[in-house]
Amino acid sequence: MDPRDILFGRVREALGRKIGQKPLPPPEPLLRIRSEPAASKLEIFRNALESLSGTVTVAPEVAGVREAVEKLLNGRTAIASNNPFLAKCGIPDISGVTSGIRDSAELRNACVTAGVGITGAYCLLADTGTIVLRATPEEPRLISLLPPVHIAVVHQDRLLTNLDEMLSMIPRPVNASSAMVFITGPSRTGDIEQFLVRGVHGPGAVHAVIVSGKNPPE
Amino acid sequence: MSAPEPAIRKTLADANLQLAIYNNTGRFKENRRKAVAPEKLPEYQKLRSQAAAVKRHTLDFLDVYLMQLEAAVTANGGKIVWASTGQEAADFILNLAKERGHNLIVKSKSMTSEEIHLNERLIEHELEAVETDLGEYILQLAGQRPFHIVAPAIHLTRDDVADLFTEKLGIERDTVIENQAMTARRVLREKFMAAGIGITGANFLIADSGAVVIVENEGNARLTHSAPKIHIAIAGIEKLIPRMRDLGVFLDLLGRSASGQPLTSYTSIVSGPRREGELDGPEEFYVVLLDSGRTKVLADSQKRESLQCIRCGACLNTCPVYRKIGGHNYPWVYSGPIGKIITPQFQGREKDPWLPFASSLCGACAEVCPVKIDIPGILLQLRREHSESPQGSEERTMFRRWAWLMRRPRIYSFAAKIGLGFLGRKPNSWLKRVPWPANRGPLVAWLAERDFPAPPPKSFRDLWKERRR
Repeated sequence: MDPRDILFGRVREALGRKIGQKPLPPPEPLLRIRSEPAASKLEIFRNALESLSGTVTVAPEVAGVREAVEKLLNGRTAIASNNPFLAKCGIPDISGVTSGIRDSAELRNACVTAGVGITGAYCLLADTGTIVLRATPEEPRLISLLPPVHIAVVHQDRLLTNLDEMLSMIPRPVNASSAMVFITGPSRTGDIEQFLVRGVHGPGAVHAVIVSGKNPPE
Repeated sequence: MSAPEPAIRKTLADANLQLAIYNNTGRFKENRRKAVAPEKLPEYQKLRSQAAAVKRHTLDFLDVYLMQLEAAVTANGGKIVWASTGQEAADFILNLAKERGHNLIVKSKSMTSEEIHLNERLIEHELEAVETDLGEYILQLAGQRPFHIVAPAIHLTRDDVADLFTEKLGIERDTVIENQAMTARRVLREKFMAAGIGITGANFLIADSGAVVIVENEGNARLTHSAPKIHIAIAGIEKLIPRMRDLGVFLDLLGRSASGQPLTSYTSIVSGPRREGELDGPEEFYVVLLDSGRTKVLADSQKRESLQCIRCGACLNTCPVYRKIGGHNYPWVYSGPIGKIITPQFQGREKDPWLPFASSLCGACAEVCPVKIDIPGILLQLRREHSESPQGSEERTMFRRWAWLMRRPRIYSFAAKIGLGFLGRKPNSWLKRVPWPANRGPLVAWLAERDFPAPPPKSFRDLWKERRR
C-alpha cells in the first residue's frame, strides 16, 4: 500500500473520521491590527531594532541615501541586490559596491567575499524591529545572509506595525515568493553558557536605512 | 525499568552541573516571565486560548489539513514524503542523496530528527551529516544528545567546549566564547557552501499556504535552506496550523515562551524551490511528514492535546524536577514535563513506567504552557492507566487491601495499634527509618528522602471517643 494512504488511513482511524467528511469551521483568526501614526511607528521600529544592537538611519529623501550608506560602509566592499529601489537611491554607483550580478556562481562568490550585503526590503514591522525580505530574481537570499554586515534600504511607506497588518494586506505571501524571511536584529547565539555572541552564522550587524519623504515612481 | 537513580544522584551531586542548570533555566524562566507580563503583553492569555483552540481544532481535523498542505506544497513545486516510521524518513533521504550523488548534508536544529536518530542512520551509510546550530554542533562533536529541547548544550561550559574543539578540530585551546563561536562559523561556513542537501526541521506547517516556518537565532537554518541544491524539511504531522493568518499568534507566543524574545532573529517562511529567474535557493524542496507514534496519541481524544506542543521549552525551565535532574536523566530526547507525557505515549508506557510518577504535580508547567496543555492532568491519566495495567497489579492489590481494612473499623483499630506499637509513640519526634517488618519496598524509598512525624500518644479515634463522653 502507498505510504500516503497508510498514513491517511491511520489519521482517519485515530480521529474516527471518514474520507471526505467535512470539518467544523476553524476558530476565527485573531488578527491584531491597530493604526499608528507614521512618526510613532518609526520610533517604535527604531527602539525595537536598536535594543537588539541594530541601527536605524533616516534619510530625508532618496538623494540622502547614498551618503547614509557610504557612511555605514566606511570603506568596506559590498554587494548590492538588483532591487530597482537600490538603483533609484544610487547604491550601485558607490565605489566598492558590486551590483548587477545575473549569474548564480558569481553571486555566491561575491557574497562570500563581500564585507557588506545591501538589500531592499519588502516591508518593516515596527513592533519587533523586523526587516521582511522576499526572495525574488532581484533579491537573492544570500546577500542578506553571507556577508558579516547587512544593510537594508527601504522607503518609509513600507513601515507596518506588525505581522498581522502585513497579512491583512497580503494574506498569501507565498504567491509572490518561495522564501520570505523576517530578520529581527543580528545573528546571535547563547549556546555556550548563555553568553551572547553576535554574527555566529549570519550577519553580526544589521542596519536599516529608511527613506522618508516622497517615494518617486519607479 | 525504574528511574535511573545512580545517574540522578550523580547529577545532584555535581555542583557545577547543578549551577549550570539552575542559572540557565533560571534566566530563561525570568526572561519569559518579563516578556509575557501584562505591561508587556496584555493580550497574553487571549493569545494562549487562541493558540490552544487553533491547535486543538487542527488535530481534531488533521486529515483535512494534511490534504490542504499536500495540495498547496505540490502547487508550489515541492513534494510531500509520507513516513510512518523514522526508518522510512531516513531511507528517503538516503536514497535521494545516493541518486543525486550528494555525500555532504548540513542540518539545522530539529528535535524530530533527533527523535528518529537521523544522523546516526545517515552516518551509518557513510554520508557526512553535520549539525550546524552551535549547541548541536558541540553535542555532535561530543557524541551527546540534547540536554534541553531549546538550548541543547546548557550543561557544557566554555572549558568543555575548548577541550572538545582542541580534540576534534585540532586547534589551539581557546576558552574565549566569542572565538569559539567564530571557529564554528568558519568550520561550518565551508560545510554550508559545499553541502548538496540541507535538512531543517519545521516549527509550523501552514496548510493553506503549503509553507514551512522555521524559527532560529543563529542563521544556520537560513543557510541550510538557502545554500544547498536540495532542501528537506522534516516534521511531525502535528506541526500543522490551518492558515497563514494564524501565524502571528504562534510567533508571539513561541519566542517569548522559549527565551523571552518577542521574535527570534530569523523566521523563515519557505514554500518551495527557487522560482524562475532566481539566482539562489534550492532547486528541489521536500517536506517529510512523520508519524512515528503520533497517530497513536491522536487516537486518544483525552490525551490528544499532548500533540499541541510547540516545543518552546518553557515547561522545562520552570519544572522543579527538571531543574534538579537535568535533561539527560530522562529516557528519551524529549525531557522535562513535556517529555514525561509524550515519551510514554510515543514509546509505550511499559518501557519507563516510573516516568509519570516522577513529578510533584505542582502544575507550574501547565501555567507556563503557551498552548495550555494540561500536563499534570495527563500525568494523572498516565498514572491511572499504569495502575489499571498488569504492571500495576501490586499497587492495585495494596489499595484493595487498604480499602478492605478501611471498611472494617474494629480490625482497622486493632491493626493500627499493632502497627503503632512497632513504630513507638514519641510525641514531637520524627521517624527516620522504617522499623521491622515494613523495612523494605516502597516505604523505605519514600522515607529515604523524607522524615515522617512519629505517631502521637493518642490516635484521633481515641481522642474522638474521649471528647464525646
